[in-house]
Amino acid sequence: MLLKSRKVIIIGERDGVQGPAIEACVRSAGAEPVITQTQCFV
Amino acid sequence: MVLGAPDADSAELYAETVTKGDPSWAGALAGVSLGLPVFHIMEPVIKDQVDPALAVEHLGLMEIALDVEKISAVLEKLRGAAN
Repeated sequence: MLLKSRKVIIIGERDGVQGPAIEACVRSAGAEPVITQTQCFV
Repeated sequence: MVLGAPDADSAELYAETVTKGDPSWAGALAGVSLGLPVFHIMEPVIKDQVDPALAVEHLGLMEIALDVEKISAVLEKLRGAAN
C-alpha cells in the first residue's frame, strides 16, 4: 500500500514505537497523519 | 492505520478492533466493522517507503527488539480476512 497522499491514523505505544516517531516516518513517505496517539498501559 | 505496538498480540487486538470490531465487546466499536487497512510501521511494505535516515533514527533500535515477522504475519492474516 502506497502511503503517499494518504490520510493516516497513528496509534503508537510507549513500549513499542511512539506516535511522534511514526508520524515523522510516515510524513517522510508523503502521508498525511490525521490523528497521532501514544498508548501507555503501565 | 499505522501501529507501533510492541508485540503481535497487541497489534492483533488493535487491528481486529478497527477491521472486524471490538473483540472484547466492551467498547464503542463492539459489533462495528470499520474495515480499515491496518499496518505496523515496521512492516517492510511500510518501512521501505520511509526516508532511510529517519527510519534509522526512529525505528532502528526497536527493530532489534520487536518480532517484526510475527507482527507482520498476524496483520497480513487479518488484512486477508478483511478483503
